[in-house]
Amino acid sequence: MTRYVRPYGDTTGDGMIQTSFTLPIPFGPKADGAAQQLANKMGMDPAMVVHSNPIGEDFTFFVVYGSVKHLVDLDEVKVVEREYPLLSPAEVNTTLKKVLRRKLVVVGGCIGTDAHTVGIDAILNIKGFAGEKGLEYYRELKVVNLGAQVSVPELVRSARAEKADAVLISQVVTQRDAHILNTQEMSAAFREAMGDRRPLLVAGGPRFDPLMAAELGVDRVFSRGTTPGEVASYLVHAMQEKKGVAA
Amino acid sequence: MALLDLDPKVVATARELAARAAEPVVSIAKAHTTVAVERATLRLAGITGADSTHRAGDVPWVNRVIDTVREQCGLEHGVVLPAFHALRENNLGTLTELAEATAAGQIQFKIPTGKDRTAAKKSATSAVAKGLKTVDRNRAQRDKLVAKLGDPAQRPWIYLIVATGDIDEDVVQAQNAARAGADIIAVIRSTGQSLLDYVPEGATHHGFAGTYATQENFRIMRAALDDVSKEVGRYVRLTNYASGLCMPEIAVLAGLQRLDMMLNDSMYGILFRDINPIRTFVDQRFSRQVHARAGIIINTGEDNYLTTADAVDAAHTVTVSQLLNEHFAHEAGLPDHLLGLGHAFEINPKVPDSFRLELAHALLARELFPDAPLKWMPPTKHMTGDVFNGYLLDGFFNLAGVLTGQSILLVGMMTEAVVTPFLSDRDLALQNVRYVLNAAGSLAEDFRPAQDGLIVKRAHQVLGEAVDLLERIVDDGLLNAIADGTFGLMKRPADKGKGADGVVEKADEYFNPASELLEAQA
Repeated sequence: MTRYVRPYGDTTGDGMIQTSFTLPIPFGPKADGAAQQLANKMGMDPAMVVHSNPIGEDFTFFVVYGSVKHLVDLDEVKVVEREYPLLSPAEVNTTLKKVLRRKLVVVGGCIGTDAHTVGIDAILNIKGFAGEKGLEYYRELKVVNLGAQVSVPELVRSARAEKADAVLISQVVTQRDAHILNTQEMSAAFREAMGDRRPLLVAGGPRFDPLMAAELGVDRVFSRGTTPGEVASYLVHAMQEKKGVAA
Repeated sequence: MALLDLDPKVVATARELAARAAEPVVSIAKAHTTVAVERATLRLAGITGADSTHRAGDVPWVNRVIDTVREQCGLEHGVVLPAFHALRENNLGTLTELAEATAAGQIQFKIPTGKDRTAAKKSATSAVAKGLKTVDRNRAQRDKLVAKLGDPAQRPWIYLIVATGDIDEDVVQAQNAARAGADIIAVIRSTGQSLLDYVPEGATHHGFAGTYATQENFRIMRAALDDVSKEVGRYVRLTNYASGLCMPEIAVLAGLQRLDMMLNDSMYGILFRDINPIRTFVDQRFSRQVHARAGIIINTGEDNYLTTADAVDAAHTVTVSQLLNEHFAHEAGLPDHLLGLGHAFEINPKVPDSFRLELAHALLARELFPDAPLKWMPPTKHMTGDVFNGYLLDGFFNLAGVLTGQSILLVGMMTEAVVTPFLSDRDLALQNVRYVLNAAGSLAEDFRPAQDGLIVKRAHQVLGEAVDLLERIVDDGLLNAIADGTFGLMKRPADKGKGADGVVEKADEYFNPASELLEAQA
């Protein structure tokens, strides 16, 4: 593979791309000129505004073709390798069946005073999030959604009664650092009650930083935009790790 | 004109089975009330506003009253008897004053008897009748506006979604969409509103991926669409969601603010939101009675089954759900012309003959429900982020819609599952619809599927599978079928799910003037 590449239109090295966008200005020659200028600033030179049409009185839509000046240096491309593969629901099911030979039990809820179940429901309810079905959809997962304002003792009790493999807690709307304190209280309670036999602890919510897992005493933190598929794939990965250690 | 040559006997059997499957559930629905039905009744009786001093934030007055009544004397007699008795006993002028006094701990509710009961019944009935009169006036006003401004020039009507989270932004987007050709504007609700056991108050500006359904937001949007209706010379309809834990209340608010269509499925909340089945069926029946009174077209949610299950394998579950939705709707007094039964274009485009199969399913729905304003929903599951392919798929979806005579077409976005639609995405999507309508709008005239061809055979097969499934549901009982995971693969036992504690068995002396007045209309 060569180190430097340019986009390919129909000839090696032509650098051709196409893009489309809308500007908040009325349709006309000036609008086309504005689109041309934006394309030039984006590195397209020469840029051809091949199409424009008005959207209402105040907006114009453009399609632009042109050659970009930029080179891609493949040596500088760094991608974060996810430590676990993203699995389809079918793959999650077959892997769990093989690894556990029973259903994986997930208990979830919103702890503290937070009544916003948006996050936990997006992950657990079959309705799901971002086009992905929630964990309830997975045949090999048994999901117990405790809902909102679950107390920590109640959560521990339910996790024990259900023999939970994983506990998912969500914190959406919090004041000051309530989400951090609540989560720490939760992880401490599990440590105290169950020691090493505690379930996998996963915290999620828009105000969490994924790097905070150790500080929070949980195994994993998911932040804004996490989809059910990512969580399911992680659970499979963690179960495999756990079994690997045990075996 | 019928193209599928469906056997009228099979169709009649399917309807009869749906009625038998639904019957026990209707009995259960009649024998129970819920906190949401009681709240809806008080809203019809005129209660508005919220307790802004409560430590949990704004709690609607109606929730304060219902919760206190329930605590002090239970809800099995209905809320209006204790509420209107307390109103008179304490010399209070309005329900809102009663709510304030309730919050202050000044009211002791009890079930009135004898003369007190007669008096409470009378004043409650006249208060609720007044609310229903507002609903009736709104219905008449809609008819008047439609007569004056007109319906859309074409079928299908073009249905567009706005969802910014901020009602003021929604107004801008909705008016622009109407100018660009939308006939129906749907304001998607904030994620998770279906699981709130109260209706938020006032104009709202911060939703999660949608805008809260509130009475004030309804009012603002309806007024904005009235303005733009005059401008574009056709009546632009407004849609919201009567679903979730507050289904009956939201139906009432829709009637009070002249919304025109409401999403209102008989089983969606149970299956996809894990709401208690009994709660759902009780709430659904009341909300449909309100919709019938208000002349609101309901939209059912069969598209959702196809997003979880395979659209070919599960095609018959859509038909079964449509038949059940139809029966529940008729039972609640909704006529065919208010039945926006749903279905969707969700077959994997890689399946050979996928378009022919889509046509078969769409035609089947059309011919089973010839007088219902069917709602045709665009591909979502197989929209991959390849917006170019998605645009093509939406074009075929539009073509299937006009070819099979669908009534309401939800405009598909090529950016489905990628981003919330750009202004340009919506514009391109409408161009797509306009092109297909212009190029092929009357193609149905020339469309005669061969009697021994794939389309006709497939439609017959799906109907046959639907009848088989209905037979199993009748044998098993609908509640058991739901508990066993027959629909959308979800198992939902009748005693589980959210909102179960809000279900109350009616006492013999239960009284609810709204139910009585609505029951009388059917």
